[in-house]
Amino acid sequence: MTDRTSVTITVNGISLTGLAEPRMLLADFLRDELRLTGTHVGCEHGVCGACTVIVDGVAVRSCLMFAVQADGAEIRTIEGLATDGEMHPLQKLFAKHRALQCGFCTPGMLMTAIDLVDSTDDLTEEDIRVGMSAALCRCTGYEGIVNAVAEYAGKVHGKEGVR
Amino acid sequence: MNDDVRKQTGGYIGQSVPRREDRNLLLGQGEFVADIQLPNMVHAAFARSPLPHATIGDVDTEAARAVDGVCFVASGADVCAELPPINGMQVVTPQGWRDRVDTDILIPDQPLVPEDKVRYVGEAFALAVADSRYIAEDALELIEAELIPLPPLAEAETALATGAVLIHEHLGRNVAAFLHTKKGDGAAAMDACPNRLSRRFVHHRYAAMPMETRGVVAEYDGRTDTLTVWSSTQIVHWVRREISTALDMPEERIRCIAPDVGGGFGGKGHVYPEDILVAWLAKKLDRPVKWVEDRHEHILNAAHSRDNIYDVEIGFDDDGRILAVTSSFLVDSGAYTPVGAGIAGNSIAHMLGPYDIPHYETDCKIVLTNRTPNAPYRGAGRPEVGFAMERAVDLVANHLDLDPAKVRFRNMIPADAMPYEVGLTYRDGVPMVYDSGDYPEALNRALDALGGLDDIRARQKTALAEGKYLGLGIGCYVEGTGVGPFEGASVKIDSTGKIMVAAGACPQGQGHETVFAQFAADMWQVPIEDVFVTVADTGQVTQGYGTIASRSTVTASGAIKIASDTVQEKAFAIAANMLEAGETDLEMRDSGIGVKGVPDMHVTWRDIARAAKPGWDNQRPDGVEAGLESTSYYEPPTVTWAYAANVALVWIDPETGQIDIEKYVEVHDAGLLVNPSLADGQVKGGLVQGLGGGLLEELAYDDQGQLLTGSLADYLLPTASDVPPIEVVHMETPSPLNAFGVKGLGEGGAIAPPVVIANAVCDALRPFKAELNSTPVRWGDVANFFDGATA
Ligand code: FES
Ligand code: FES
Repeated sequence: MTDRTSVTITVNGISLTGLAEPRMLLADFLRDELRLTGTHVGCEHGVCGACTVIVDGVAVRSCLMFAVQADGAEIRTIEGLATDGEMHPLQKLFAKHRALQCGFCTPGMLMTAIDLVDSTDDLTEEDIRVGMSAALCRCTGYEGIVNAVAEYAGKVHGKEGVR
Repeated sequence: MNDDVRKQTGGYIGQSVPRREDRNLLLGQGEFVADIQLPNMVHAAFARSPLPHATIGDVDTEAARAVDGVCFVASGADVCAELPPINGMQVVTPQGWRDRVDTDILIPDQPLVPEDKVRYVGEAFALAVADSRYIAEDALELIEAELIPLPPLAEAETALATGAVLIHEHLGRNVAAFLHTKKGDGAAAMDACPNRLSRRFVHHRYAAMPMETRGVVAEYDGRTDTLTVWSSTQIVHWVRREISTALDMPEERIRCIAPDVGGGFGGKGHVYPEDILVAWLAKKLDRPVKWVEDRHEHILNAAHSRDNIYDVEIGFDDDGRILAVTSSFLVDSGAYTPVGAGIAGNSIAHMLGPYDIPHYETDCKIVLTNRTPNAPYRGAGRPEVGFAMERAVDLVANHLDLDPAKVRFRNMIPADAMPYEVGLTYRDGVPMVYDSGDYPEALNRALDALGGLDDIRARQKTALAEGKYLGLGIGCYVEGTGVGPFEGASVKIDSTGKIMVAAGACPQGQGHETVFAQFAADMWQVPIEDVFVTVADTGQVTQGYGTIASRSTVTASGAIKIASDTVQEKAFAIAANMLEAGETDLEMRDSGIGVKGVPDMHVTWRDIARAAKPGWDNQRPDGVEAGLESTSYYEPPTVTWAYAANVALVWIDPETGQIDIEKYVEVHDAGLLVNPSLADGQVKGGLVQGLGGGLLEELAYDDQGQLLTGSLADYLLPTASDVPPIEVVHMETPSPLNAFGVKGLGEGGAIAPPVVIANAVCDALRPFKAELNSTPVRWGDVANFFDGATA
């Protein structure tokens, strides 16, 4: 029951190895084994989006994936966004637009937004609202989040804001 | 912006200062309870009842104990043998309230894990502790418990029926409290009213549902006999108090900390059994213990809220002037009542809202049922009573064929009547006096933000002529904020000259560290970077109350001010000695104290802190004690009254009943805004919660007492795409009750949306004489008004 296997993943560019039971969720592996607690767990059933990380370029709910399934994968988490203590542009925009209060949803929001903006180059505000509805925030009412993502999308795709 | 008040205070109060909390949270370096990992730590999990009401027979834990990696298993009997229940009166009402409101209160204590019976689906009957949460849950599967079903009290009216089974046998009844109060002639005034309407209004059950569930970590140090407890809570000092009582340890030997807390909204605003149990386990096992609720567990076991039934009668004259209101209401409290009569007490006090109504009488039953315990959630009794009252006002308007806006203006307390004596007693035992504000102006501004009443009605008429349905919804409220009994703060000048502030408040995302730093920086005339703030740690402030009930800005600022004043008095005496000047010739400036008009004669806080030290070569004048620190308590005289007018325009699709909110406006007044941008965020966040409660969220039970909505796939929270365009307008009428003119505002946003939506839908469907008198407002119900009807 408790046979543990070795799992190696590249997290934010660094190869890390840990032990996981077959049933261990990727979210728990990141948090408890690798001590990367920036990724949060809000529901463990795939609805809230707090656990969102980017696995091999795609946003994934780490509570819906087993750690062993991620063996060999490249994963990006909130801890990898800043470089040398300098916040990622989206992190700065979240602060500017008051896109967080308690900050519990923030890791999932950031990773969801990065995936959304990276994968689509022509976002309307409606697209952003629909895209960001993959993650739940109970505090802010989303206004700041949507505004931050819109400004970020405009920057990334070289446009003034969004349509 | 109220510049007069702002000028007096100096630089930071009133500015949208960026949050000091943000950086860690944005970098993924926040620390929530679930993030804490201690050496040698073990994990607790709870076996929870699948039945709403059952006698507990044999609980066999042997197989569970045998699981590899399990270090402890306990049944309810094991727990009850060692630990007392939590006192049902976590929150006491003051004598002044009980003197003026008729009460008959019998609050049941809550066993930490019951041994005799379970009283709601989700109540724990056993627990296991193991090397990992996974193993602890494996162990739970092996606990054999005999649960013998009892008839479920699935809702309040069942529990009140004659012959109903008793949920707490020793109370002899299923009612935790009867409350009654009146103003003027009360119900007796109804006979003289030219028009009367009676209706039943139902506000359904929903909950705070913070994105972070609850969680507790505890560590015991046997060498010093001290406990450290990290809890995701809004009230660290209460948690410490209840642990102290249960474990019979001095409070000073227990340190309770709320690290980063991922939302609370009232749901984390009282002590839960797990707060105490995890502390007990840590001491008993002499190992750090962690428990983090999963979401399903949270939905079953963390407090629910609302769930009220109101029977209201309203008497009025032909001009729409409201003369009398009576209400008789039931609060479905679930199996326990963690905050006693607090919610119902709020409802009683808030029914009359912004209106001048001479006669009022209300009675309430807080009913015990086999549902999850009911505790405050953002608004705490105000959304419930507001739904009943603001629907009733619209019905008065409909009855007389008047505009609901005009009926409101006709009944509102005018600005020149402030301060206004309501004629009731607040929950703090003090006669209610609305302290300041301009209620009609708020409604005027709100309507203007939608284009003005005439324009709205013209648009509505045009729409109807085209077979489209546009409705205006209005909801107004007042909110007692900044309630006592007190808050604590400690202020120290560090030897570096930095100002160290600690407050008993316990934030969950409000930005208190930033806001308190703004207060302190202005009080001490220092750059905000020189203020260090600690919150939510019992090790820093001897007594504190916590962050519930829209209170921290008001109460903590008061405590920080008293502590600062005390320290400053001493600092001036020492500075006078250092500068060889009279104290009256001194002023605070440039991070220290100087002689007025003499730029060179100045000592910094750092100089003064060193001069104040105990020991050789100090520079204190005779009779001045060493040290520059004070712990002080602010006991507010009573509540400050925030208020708001909410309006919305909605379109109804006659085919589907779909409700499309064109625009939602709240004009809100919480006195002076310390950080306008954070205040705005609080109101908007609350509004979206209110919209969720009014339209989407529901904790639905079947008639057997089973909860049907046990995941976030069933319990629908608003997403980014559900939120309509929202505009919040801030008025700033200072409160005369405190030094800064502030009022509280955390809860307000969530109060009005359910009734605004219901009123808007009914307004759109006036041709059908539609009435929606219960929440949530469902599209299907709306569509039904069109079925077979012709407008
Ligand atoms: S924790 Fe994974 S979606 Fe909620
Ligand atoms: S900031 Fe609290 S849940 Fe989003």
